[in-house]
Amino acid sequence: MIKLVNVYKEYPRSGLALKNVSFHLRKGEFAFITGPSGSGKTTILRLVHMAEPPSDGEVRVSGHSSKRMKRRDVPKLRRRVGIVFQDFRLLRDRTAAENLAFALEVTGTRTSEIKGKVQRLLAQVGLASKSGSFPDELSGGEQQRVAMARALIHEPVVLLADEPMGNLDERAARGIFDLTRDINASGTAVLMATHDLELVRRYSQYRVIELSEGAIVYDSVDSGESDGES
Amino acid sequence: MANHSLREAVVAYRRAPGLGLLSATSIGLSLFVLGTFGIVTYNVDVTLRAIERRVEVVAYLRDDITAAQLEVLQSDVRSYPEVEGVVHVSKFEAMRNAMQQLNEFRDVFTDLEMNPLPASIEVRLKPDFRNPQSVEHVAQLIDLYPFVEDVRYGREWVNKIYQLRRLGGAIAAILGVAFAVVAILIIGTTVRMAVLARREEIAVMRLVGATDGFIRRPFLLEGFFTGLAGGFLALLLTYAAYQVVDGSLIDLEWLPTIWAAAGTLAGGLIGLFASAYALRRHLMTYA
Repeated sequence: MIKLVNVYKEYPRSGLALKNVSFHLRKGEFAFITGPSGSGKTTILRLVHMAEPPSDGEVRVSGHSSKRMKRRDVPKLRRRVGIVFQDFRLLRDRTAAENLAFALEVTGTRTSEIKGKVQRLLAQVGLASKSGSFPDELSGGEQQRVAMARALIHEPVVLLADEPMGNLDERAARGIFDLTRDINASGTAVLMATHDLELVRRYSQYRVIELSEGAIVYDSVDSGESDGES
Repeated sequence: MANHSLREAVVAYRRAPGLGLLSATSIGLSLFVLGTFGIVTYNVDVTLRAIERRVEVVAYLRDDITAAQLEVLQSDVRSYPEVEGVVHVSKFEAMRNAMQQLNEFRDVFTDLEMNPLPASIEVRLKPDFRNPQSVEHVAQLIDLYPFVEDVRYGREWVNKIYQLRRLGGAIAAILGVAFAVVAILIIGTTVRMAVLARREEIAVMRLVGATDGFIRRPFLLEGFFTGLAGGFLALLLTYAAYQVVDGSLIDLEWLPTIWAAAGTLAGGLIGLFASAYALRRHLMTYA
């Protein structure tokens, strides 16, 4: 479903960010991407989200290939791929419900469908009572839940999470991770970038892809060469 | 989707009314300069056309021309494609006109034993043929008739009027383009500021899969309405300036409705174009 084949990414100023990266994330799979800061975790998520193309190699996501990707097809892909970040990226002048409604409005959802869908998602992330709160009135954990709800709004096949617990205290972080597991349990694949090795060790049943200086140095499921794109 | 774009454009004005107002005023002032020049150009054109209507070819006839020859001449000249009408002025009418127009020489004319003034035909050209080439061509054709003594048509006048009109048209075009560019730069800057002010929203739109067209539309509408508002303001200012000048300094004619409407709409179109250009350059930054 997500497949990186011999991917290189080079930036003009900082040089090679990814070197010959290959892996295959299957439908419904959960994988951590670990490694120190600057090892290329975020770059992989950006490539999967088609925020930028690889310098070499191929990124395939849910039937779309970076080699044949046209600019006008990117929005279609992004409705299949949810993403959350460490800094939440919520609109501060809109309430939790309005942040979700905005994501539906701008992708052309009918007005009559928006309210019900927003309420369902807020309930799913445990924030039904906070729908009228602005981001600044919510805790970090609650803000990340709103961001998660927004990422799930188009029922994506995969959720990309870039250090989603990075800004949270331990309790809130656990809550967010549990929510991520629930999302995964309902069939959505998860690709989570984290440098929290304790978390990775605790959930050793999940796949781990470890990066160092842009190259994969360890993959608990060696699937780089496997087929079976879905 | 269209509702969303319209609502977002209105919200943008509400969030930064000063910016929209400043932008519309700047465009209004640019287009006002253009409107003022439009009035000048239009009135110069009206005046020149009035003068042009008086452009005619006069063929003086020999005294021994027969009635049949005169008939042939008039009929031939009328059939030229350039010719609108032909008027015969007899020797007697020429004398009467001269006495009316040159009243101080009335006694001189009265004392003459014979009428020295020749008969003539005055040939008026159709509007599209009142240019130096056509006038000269018709004059040359008439001059070929043996019973035509001389042909006059104010060669220098015709040339000057023609050059003046061309000069007026060229200045209008240059000023038009210059002020359109100014308006485009102003609206472009406004839209760029709006894009910067809403960069977080745009980033979120991209994250959740909004299309480029959907992201652009509110900005395009904003640019169009800003330009249109500027166009209306320019129209009001131009009309005010016209009211002040007309009658007190010189008599002026107001712009034809189609000019005024086209000028106002041009404001909107300039806004739309400027927005599209600014977006093309700056929206890509927030991928």
